[in-house]
Amino acid sequence: MANDLVILEKRRGQVASVAEGFAPDAIVCDKPSVAGSVSQRACTFCGSRVVLYPISDALHLVHGPVGCASYTWDIRGSLSSDRELHRMSFCTDLRENEIIYGGADKLRKCLRELIPQYKPEAVFVYSTCIAGLIGDDIDAVCREVEPEFSIPIMNVQSEGFKGTKKDGYRAACDTLARLVGTDTTAKPTSDYSINLLGEFNIAGETWMIQKHLKEMGIEVVAGITGDGRVADIRRAHKAHLNVVQCSGSMTSLAKRMEEEYGIPFIRVSFFGLEDTAQAFYDIARHFENADMLKTVRTLVQREVGMVMSELVRIRARLEGKRAAIYVGGSFKAISLVRALRQIGVNTVLVGSQTGTSDDYSRLQAICDEGTVILDDSNPRELTHFCKMKHADLFIGGVKERPMAYKMGMGFCDHNHERKTPLAGFEGALYFAREVQASLLSPVWKFVRNEMSNEMCREVSHEQSI
Amino acid sequence: MNSPSNLNVVKHEAQATRNSCRVCAPLGSSLVFLGVQGCVPIIHGGQGCSTYVRRYLIGHFREPIDIASSNFSEASAVFGGGKNLLDGLANLTQQYHPELIGISTSCLSETMGEDIRGMIKDWGIGMPDTTNLPALVHVSTPSYKGSHRDGFYDAVKALVQQLATHGAVGAKPLPARVNLLPGFVSPADLRHLREICESFGLDATILPDYSQTLDDGQWDDWQALPNGGTTLERIRETAQAVHTIEFEDRLNNFVTAGQWLQETFHVTNSNLGLPIGIEACDNFFNLLAEISEQPIAKQFEQERARLLDSYVDAHKYAFGVRVAVFGDEEMVTALAKFLVEIGMVPVICATGGNTERVRQALLGIPCTEQINIIGTADYEDITDLCKIHNPALLIGNSKGYTVARELGIPLVRVGFPVQDRMGGQRLLHVGYEGTQRLFDEIINTWLTSQQDNSPIGYKTY
Repeated sequence: MANDLVILEKRRGQVASVAEGFAPDAIVCDKPSVAGSVSQRACTFCGSRVVLYPISDALHLVHGPVGCASYTWDIRGSLSSDRELHRMSFCTDLRENEIIYGGADKLRKCLRELIPQYKPEAVFVYSTCIAGLIGDDIDAVCREVEPEFSIPIMNVQSEGFKGTKKDGYRAACDTLARLVGTDTTAKPTSDYSINLLGEFNIAGETWMIQKHLKEMGIEVVAGITGDGRVADIRRAHKAHLNVVQCSGSMTSLAKRMEEEYGIPFIRVSFFGLEDTAQAFYDIARHFENADMLKTVRTLVQREVGMVMSELVRIRARLEGKRAAIYVGGSFKAISLVRALRQIGVNTVLVGSQTGTSDDYSRLQAICDEGTVILDDSNPRELTHFCKMKHADLFIGGVKERPMAYKMGMGFCDHNHERKTPLAGFEGALYFAREVQASLLSPVWKFVRNEMSNEMCREVSHEQSI
Repeated sequence: MNSPSNLNVVKHEAQATRNSCRVCAPLGSSLVFLGVQGCVPIIHGGQGCSTYVRRYLIGHFREPIDIASSNFSEASAVFGGGKNLLDGLANLTQQYHPELIGISTSCLSETMGEDIRGMIKDWGIGMPDTTNLPALVHVSTPSYKGSHRDGFYDAVKALVQQLATHGAVGAKPLPARVNLLPGFVSPADLRHLREICESFGLDATILPDYSQTLDDGQWDDWQALPNGGTTLERIRETAQAVHTIEFEDRLNNFVTAGQWLQETFHVTNSNLGLPIGIEACDNFFNLLAEISEQPIAKQFEQERARLLDSYVDAHKYAFGVRVAVFGDEEMVTALAKFLVEIGMVPVICATGGNTERVRQALLGIPCTEQINIIGTADYEDITDLCKIHNPALLIGNSKGYTVARELGIPLVRVGFPVQDRMGGQRLLHVGYEGTQRLFDEIINTWLTSQQDNSPIGYKTY
């Protein structure tokens, strides 16, 4: 296309390529999206909604028009071990009448109607653009109704226009911070107790990790929010360590708990063999317990042993393939680069919707020269650089899937809608299998475009899986 | 039997919605804009609105769907979003080179009272080069009013109202040109409707036409603008057609796009229900025959004959089977009429949309049993109604899977969205052929449940 503009002028700083002498702050990030760009981001409300989403015995009530609630109905793969209230979509369904006269009364009625019917342990009332704009005093309604039911009814200040998805994470953390510590009669926990922050139990991942933690003799007080329970979060202040996985969403809560309750925190990732092993070692080292360290050594050896031979076989088939990564947070991207390297796949493009300059610097350090780094990108840029870098595989969320497929690239869902667990040692194997299934599928041989043809020639030699 | 007393309107009594059947109006309007050649939609509001709509549409169509956002910030919510919109339009123009930008509002911009018409009236002024500036069409789509279905029909009307022109003074209607406004149907439906029109020698402007833009083959290179779609020229010429056919269930106080064309440009308008079922298809084919003065092609006569033959083959299985139908208004009313035609009983007709639209469309439906109509419904309402009226089948979109699973009633997936199966975009509903496909699937779903639940497990039915 003539005069083809790939990168909008205002976005130039948010695109970079790893090179010698690359300045650590070379990537501009943490900015609102440019008007008229087709950003892959969602809004503040979305950020709050997804962080609190897995709390399965709370009622999640969207105070706003119906769209915001419908689009977030049962959207994530977060599993629960008992109640499943989180999979319902509740909404005050504001209509013209409330836009004019205010929605507080309808909110009050909805709370009084829903709480007796669904008997939740807490209610989260999400404020949307409209609720913010018409100025409903949600806090006042919550305070008014709360004594009638003796459960916490909490406002989540997640008006969509307030900022990016990241601001929504912060609003969710504010709400969680108000909930933590409200169980004043909570019993002390074991010396080796932790909270798991930023692990959302997608396809049961929390359970896979907890199995190993149990073996190490660790008590998990609260999953925040994977397989989360209101009662657990209320007594989360009794834990001795916060283990933070999705740091983009949960660091602010960890910091507040450190200030208020003196609970230290460590950042970990349970994604990929290396990072998963590192996470368990870090936890054991934190507790300075030699026995625990020994247990970790044994379990890492055992678990890695169980998956390694298949990973090696897969690696032989995938060696030299090229991947593009575009995910929500940049910390996860770091693990992904490593996990892909483990199975012989090079990362040629990496980016995120809401990354931090710290993480982008680390990405720059671990990626090969020439790798493109993108912040808050869009389909135009993503496809341009995928083609330029001859990416064979795209790792992202469902919004990027058709884009990848249309361009003849394989695709792996690494967002929270997926149904396959990718965390831990087992997860590393599932991830490798999925990458393999994407890259070695024979369908690509019918796809005309150049990079896929090249790939398919290789595939035809490898049909005997 | 034809008295309206067989229609019982049930109210959505609850204050809160629990798993709503509605999504919001900008989804419908953006979908329409995606069916116009060279058009990029933009939603004037927060970033989430366009991302959610994209995500939801992608789940059904499985195609790249670019919808821009004017990206409201807190400041724009306080001081107005005019600058964001104009910046957004300029950036979109630079990056996508569209022929048209379709602007939908959001609850946010609507509540702020943003005057889109005023904002865009200076579009292009002060720009260095205005030769290739895209046209702009805007539609008011707050989520607190109506549903995605209303956003869809409103956008069709906005396109026609803001683009249609008489052409040269004294210009005559374009021969054989008809406007077909099919409403919220699938890409497969759109392709079939074109085939039907062509068989009569009619040159149809189908608006919108996302038969290719949202159901295309592989791309050699990234395309900012997808292939296909109704051209702008065609939309402008809707004023010069000889006839408009629209599949829209009318409400007294709403002027449809076809009515507007008739009132403004004297294009004869015919308003039919969706052509599903023999009677509805006959109406459609007969109208086309009348407009074109051509006979119905042999191919379609044979399709009709086979369909009727299958009605006879399966009539005993169909008779008296109680069904709950849910979805957008036009799909629900068309399916209800079709079900009654084959002897089934649509005991529940539920929509997230307008109750009265469904009730009026079903007045006089020859059904011996009571039909319970519920509008502004949510899936919990449907569950509650199913517990009372015990349908043996559910027919609706894939969101109803929750109900099907809870109650153990089989679900036939139709309409929009179908996000848990492949091929939602290829589901054919209309014409004799679409009816045949629906008929076989409905009967077979019922037979499957009989067979699976039988202690004997017969191998022939």
